Amino acid sequence: MLSRSGVKATVMKTRTIRVDYLARVEGEGGLYIKLRDNSVVDVKLKIFEPPRFFEAFLRGRSFNEVPDITARICGICPIAYQMSAVHALENAFGIKVDGQLRALRRLIYCGEWIESHTLHVYMLHAPDFLGYQDAIQMARDHASVVQRGLQLKKVGNEIVSLLGGREIHPINVRVGGFYKVPLRSELRALAERLKWARDAALETVQWAASMPFPEFEQDYLFVAMNHPGEYPFNEGRIVSNRGLDIAVGNYEDNFTEEHVEYSNALHSVLKQQAPYFVGPLARYNLNFDRLSPLAQEAARKAGLAPICRNPFQSIIIRSIEILYACDEALRIIAQYEPPERPANPTPVRAASGCSCTEAPRGILYHRYRVDGQGTILDAKIVPPTSQNQKVIEQDLSHFIPRFLTLPENELGWRCEQAVRNYDPCISCATHFLKLEIDRG
Amino acid sequence: MTQSSKVLIIGIGNAYRHDDAAGLMVVRRLKELGLSSCEVREQIGEGTALMDLWKGAERVVVVDAVQSGAAPGTIHSFYANQDPLPLPMFRDSTHAFGLVEAVELSRALKQLPSDLLIYGIECRNFEAGTGLSSAVRNAVDDLVRRLQAIDKIYTTTL
Repeated sequence: MLSRSGVKATVMKTRTIRVDYLARVEGEGGLYIKLRDNSVVDVKLKIFEPPRFFEAFLRGRSFNEVPDITARICGICPIAYQMSAVHALENAFGIKVDGQLRALRRLIYCGEWIESHTLHVYMLHAPDFLGYQDAIQMARDHASVVQRGLQLKKVGNEIVSLLGGREIHPINVRVGGFYKVPLRSELRALAERLKWARDAALETVQWAASMPFPEFEQDYLFVAMNHPGEYPFNEGRIVSNRGLDIAVGNYEDNFTEEHVEYSNALHSVLKQQAPYFVGPLARYNLNFDRLSPLAQEAARKAGLAPICRNPFQSIIIRSIEILYACDEALRIIAQYEPPERPANPTPVRAASGCSCTEAPRGILYHRYRVDGQGTILDAKIVPPTSQNQKVIEQDLSHFIPRFLTLPENELGWRCEQAVRNYDPCISCATHFLKLEIDRG
Repeated sequence: MTQSSKVLIIGIGNAYRHDDAAGLMVVRRLKELGLSSCEVREQIGEGTALMDLWKGAERVVVVDAVQSGAAPGTIHSFYANQDPLPLPMFRDSTHAFGLVEAVELSRALKQLPSDLLIYGIECRNFEAGTGLSSAVRNAVDDLVRRLQAIDKIYTTTL
């Protein structure tokens, strides 16, 4: 990590901090920061994963293929892509999935949150706070902690495997429901493992809360889903801490994507307002009272108020969401009765539909237009990392000036740490850019 | 890994990123040909899942795509028990926690298989799309023959 950071000083008092390859983030990205006379004049989070053509790939494909194709966008959060895809298509066809099928969708999302958050908390983020270069160095001194993280992640994988058909790129989710639903006995076996996981998650919250955090609070614009009766996964309105409260169908009236020259990922902004923050911190701040009593209690014991504006403490909030996901999974399993059929009928019609769900890293918006045969005419996918890019750059502008006196490598590492607060998934964030060449 | 099999062969890759699929193609071919004493598995390259897969296994072979600047199709081999893996060669993984991290974390936790052989196939084209370049296809054929030979050795010593 450090060897790939470079800080250059010149007599003009201009320093350039360059991190060619960001470590411990999903995908390929870099960071460029220019300082002049000890102030930050330019910050660029560069995403150079090759542009991804998923929105174009989907055109001409059957609606039935969409959940399996979009699951390929990310190896870490395929369920999020499947959930946003099926809900958007169900919205287009006028289908409502409820009862046990709806509960199973929450359950599979619990599995993904557990595995994705646990990977980040233990393997990618914790070494920053404990002063290790990576999880491997950390494991030499904290073997039992790392083992707990690995076991906890595995429970998340087991939920996704059982409901999704396999751990990676699951294939059991379909428009209208699932191809196959689990037996009660299969879920009961999971419940035993989940009880252990819930205890391990509680320990994780306490462990995360014991880490040293820089004092860094910002006045963010938080955006998340909000549902009257539950912590959000698949349904709800899109709300903010500054009064936004819209139906998902109005997403594109309120949010827009911009191309910036130096990145392959589009930047997403809320029209007429500041860049906005999505993900665990935003969800927690806008939905604290929807967490289970156990998760709320764990947050209080960890010293967290219902509003948290320090992105470095996102490691605690991810741990609280792991705990919530274990608790919620156990609740769903306890009330489970296999539904009469694994999926509702899907009456195809020419229409457009959209959906927004809460991926581990924040809101994930999908919109599809289909013809009367169910063929996709066009698609729009807005992943969470592209929405957080501008906030990450702003954080760096505000954070770096405090550390200008640090040795060069350490300054580079501090910058990387600030980026990792957002668990950016760069593989997801890049997608097709429309290129127009003017040849005069 | 089942009790009866002696070697676990894991192919890593993304089938939709051209040459990146090399490891997957090797194990798919082996599966078609049928092996007597080896078990084959496909993996996308996520580190903790790899650790889970080889936990408790004694002899493991992993095949993955690498990029070191050598001629495409070059087959590199590494005995992970003896030396650390050269990180830069495997850096094209888009996983924050991939094969190299899985090997080193297993080593730190004393969970490394007692015999872990890693084949890296030198690749060039990681763009979106399917199909291997011809040099990589030849390397896949070569490695399939080598692994069939390993299978025969273990079959005769069973």
